[in-house]
Amino acid sequence: MTLPPDSAPFDPSAISFTSTLRRVAPELFSAGDAGGAQRSVPAHVDGTTIVALAYSGGVIMAGDRRATAGNIISKRDMRKVFPADDWSVVGISGSAGPAMELAKILSTELEHYEKVEGAPLSLEGKANKLAQLIRGNLPMAMQGLVVVPLFAGFDLAERVPRIYEYDVVGGRYEERRFATTGSGGRDARGSLKARYEVGLSPERAIDIAIEALWDAADEDSATGGPDVVRGIYPLVTQTDGDGYRELNDDTVAARVREIITERRMTPIDGEG
Amino acid sequence: MFPYVSPEQQMKDRADFARKGIARGRAVTGLVYDRGVLFVAENPSSSLYKVSELYDRLAFAAVGRYNEFESLRRQGIRLADVLGYQYARQDVTGRSMANAYANALGTAFSESSKPFEVELLVAELLPDAVDLFHILYDGSISVEDGFVAIGGQADAISTALSDRFEDGVDRATALRTAHAALSSVEDREINADRLEVAGLDRARGRRKFFRMTTDEVTASLA
Repeated sequence: MTLPPDSAPFDPSAISFTSTLRRVAPELFSAGDAGGAQRSVPAHVDGTTIVALAYSGGVIMAGDRRATAGNIISKRDMRKVFPADDWSVVGISGSAGPAMELAKILSTELEHYEKVEGAPLSLEGKANKLAQLIRGNLPMAMQGLVVVPLFAGFDLAERVPRIYEYDVVGGRYEERRFATTGSGGRDARGSLKARYEVGLSPERAIDIAIEALWDAADEDSATGGPDVVRGIYPLVTQTDGDGYRELNDDTVAARVREIITERRMTPIDGEG
Repeated sequence: MFPYVSPEQQMKDRADFARKGIARGRAVTGLVYDRGVLFVAENPSSSLYKVSELYDRLAFAAVGRYNEFESLRRQGIRLADVLGYQYARQDVTGRSMANAYANALGTAFSESSKPFEVELLVAELLPDAVDLFHILYDGSISVEDGFVAIGGQADAISTALSDRFEDGVDRATALRTAHAALSSVEDREINADRLEVAGLDRARGRRKFFRMTTDEVTASLA
């Protein structure tokens, strides 16, 4: 094992993990090179709906657990929400392979910067880095391997939560209240729009996130609802001044049970 | 024509040169305690560190020329992150990092016009032990048992440490031991705000590295 070659002292790319990877091990760096002018992509796994919403003092990000390959359910307990570092979270939707790779490379990138520089990036810096990574994936996206993540975190400098949305070409848009992505994102957005208020409590924000995922699963076949038989529930994360944490399954299960009872009492039109 | 210099003399000159450079700086001590390893150094700067995180279970400490070990530190982080990305996080080991450093220092010692004026420590936290690798300016490498001092008056500090070191003590006790050893050699009480204290702690999550603030150091020394 030998140390990778050092770069010039004023080379800003020296701090970036992706740039280092491209320099010292280009064969590991596949993003941006899907090879050839292939128009159709072989069958692959897609991940679906992610929601994020800000409450007073923090941000909730939650994702359903279903992965699909065409009309087949390929996985029922997939993780689509990942900690990017101690203070931020990334949720992925789109082609599962490249999307999970994106989450992994983002968290490596943020940790790498933190270790090399001795201090973490600002939240905006992290969001911009993710935008560049998505832009790097553009050639793959043109061939159908689309990745559209959602990024959120706690801004330690301003002490506020922030949410960032992206588009396929790496456009970065800050959202103040809530954002969604994935195939059920539209339905989840409608659900959030109806229930969201400024200055929510964290408990209420968690309930709204779970309900939004439920409503998405209700309308979108690629989004999985709570699976009480198998005990599979949405992955709910909370990021605030104390950092990133995940709610345990029992807590989410309890919230889901309460929502089920509530919905039984007030049947939705067209049901039954 | 250059005058003939025997290889022995050449190596000896280089070693003397490197040793002198290393002895000019201040020392870093490393001590194994019950939950990991603690590095303590007198460092008047609170931002130019001598101890740093390499990877989940790996820490790096160095003495000598700052620009040289800082560049080695960055390269080490790069290697560790690329290895962990390529394979799995648990595949990044202290041995592979220590070997890479030994390789880099050894090659520079015998081939380049000037050897590195640095001495390094690479620590790896294992489930029930600590591997403490000590790499010299010429690339020679040894595994330390329990405690180590590098740079500055390393020999005197080592002696002072060997009188005081005990196995399996807690972090605060280890810190007091190192502080007492450093102070006794300097013949003055070293202030808490001049101490750089960092290390690896088994009780932490994935990333075992920690750095103690001046307030925490003051509280532990009291």
